[in-house]
Amino acid sequence: MTSARPSADDGLSPAELAAKYGLSVSGARPGLREYIRQLWGRRHFILAFSQAKLTAQYSQAKLGQVWQVVTPLLNAFVYFLIFGVIIGADRGMPREVYVPFLVTGVFVFTFTQSSVMAGVRAISGNLGLVRALHFPRASLPISFALQQLQQLLFSMVVLVAVAVIFGSYPSASWLLVVPALVLQFVFNAGLALVVARMGAKTPDLAQLMPFIMRTWMYASGVMFSIPVMLEDKPAWISDLLQYNPAALHMDLIRFALIDGYGGSNLPPHVWFATLAWSVVIGVGGFVYFWKAEERYGRG
Amino acid sequence: MADTDQGRVPTVIADDVHIVYRVNGGGGGRGSATAALSRIIRRRKGQTDRGVRKVHAVRGVSFTAYRGEAIGLIGTNGSGKSTLLRAIAGLLPTESGKVYTDGQPSLLGVNAALMSDLTGERNVILGGLAMGMDREEIKSRYQDIVDFSGINEKGDFISLPMRTYSSGMGARLRFAIAAAKQHDVLMIDEALATGDRKFQIRSEARIRELRKEAGTVFLVSHSNKSIRDTCDRVLWLEKGELLMDGPTDEVIAAYERETGK
Repeated sequence: MTSARPSADDGLSPAELAAKYGLSVSGARPGLREYIRQLWGRRHFILAFSQAKLTAQYSQAKLGQVWQVVTPLLNAFVYFLIFGVIIGADRGMPREVYVPFLVTGVFVFTFTQSSVMAGVRAISGNLGLVRALHFPRASLPISFALQQLQQLLFSMVVLVAVAVIFGSYPSASWLLVVPALVLQFVFNAGLALVVARMGAKTPDLAQLMPFIMRTWMYASGVMFSIPVMLEDKPAWISDLLQYNPAALHMDLIRFALIDGYGGSNLPPHVWFATLAWSVVIGVGGFVYFWKAEERYGRG
Repeated sequence: MADTDQGRVPTVIADDVHIVYRVNGGGGGRGSATAALSRIIRRRKGQTDRGVRKVHAVRGVSFTAYRGEAIGLIGTNGSGKSTLLRAIAGLLPTESGKVYTDGQPSLLGVNAALMSDLTGERNVILGGLAMGMDREEIKSRYQDIVDFSGINEKGDFISLPMRTYSSGMGARLRFAIAAAKQHDVLMIDEALATGDRKFQIRSEARIRELRKEAGTVFLVSHSNKSIRDTCDRVLWLEKGELLMDGPTDEVIAAYERETGK
């Protein structure tokens, strides 16, 4: 029962008809190059979305955006109280090194941790958006990683103050923070893309993730020096922990900012190792996410 | 547009489209431990597969839409109208079958991209970017969007967070943002029913404008009047199946007989 009058197209199958008029399959996955082009076209949306999320976070609080700085400050204070004062994890470091060491560790690891936690819900928590509008889905995890980067920049204000208070003054080495953060952002975005695809298929992952992240945090030397703590253990354990990406990211920022934290604390080839992690996870995560592009949105 | 045989250019072809939702925890209380346990023990085959229930929302729908047509979708609640629209837009993957389209069909609606904690002003920009407009385009349309929504008629509300808006005001701003963009294939999901009488008239006029600019328009509505006013062809869906496809008057008459209106 159709309203169509007889025409020359009547004998054609739907696929032939589509081919004749140059129609394309709706919702098909674009090629990788085309996908990157589309993603670049959405860069303003990605940035605006991340800023909007950041602003919306504290918009109901009376102090408003002041919390952007106060929250990390309180976080660092709690960690200092527990690990620096009560447990005494500051072995091998004078106090003027340990406090900025700890604060850097907490902030830098929080960047990775929040990116992963937001990434795992990037698709499954935004199904409404995914089912209503067209955009490369990679925009969402990348946008969440970008939001956490901006959050970290607020924390950096606190970090700089802490560093100066404990006797590390601005110098040329501080500029190393920029490449270190770029590498960490690429790594975090890649990781967010990986967990976003996994979380879209298995939302249960969001329940599991806090435990994985906490284990990772304690294994990465956020609040203690890995070589000092593992002195009496086989060297390969210490090496393994030191070359894990989270530990590398923290060490680079510490090396850049803290005067008393010299190159002897870093493992050899630290920049190369960090770069390798970023390239592998950044590119690999992106391709892995893109491979399932047409399937996001099925609840 | 000449409606001759040669002029009938297809814009959307649906070829035996099936859509299946998978619902986690739908099968008899995933939350309760005993239910989960009995599920493991019994392992019965059928609709439930490890606690995932399948909902077959659209079953084998085929049709061809042509340029210049305005097509209404009718059917009772849960008959698969909105789901079908999402599949045409390529937002929901089909289980089997294919949808071919000319260009990128878009759903009229940006609700999901907007954030109630942000000001109306920022939401206009965010919504525009989410729909794929660039910053220049949004800047040039910004005043039109605000004027059309009528948000500022009762004071400067656009600079307040959207959560402070009344539900009608929010709906008006959402429609104004969504209707700011031009589309090749436009799909409207009951957007006409928002706002007060004055705004309804204004939005119906805007829909007609969009219809002129767009190649093909799909409209989902429960208001037979708005379907009669805007559409010249109607698809009637029931339980995910295409029950009838024909000229508006015929299909609506049959639908009204069936539903007893």
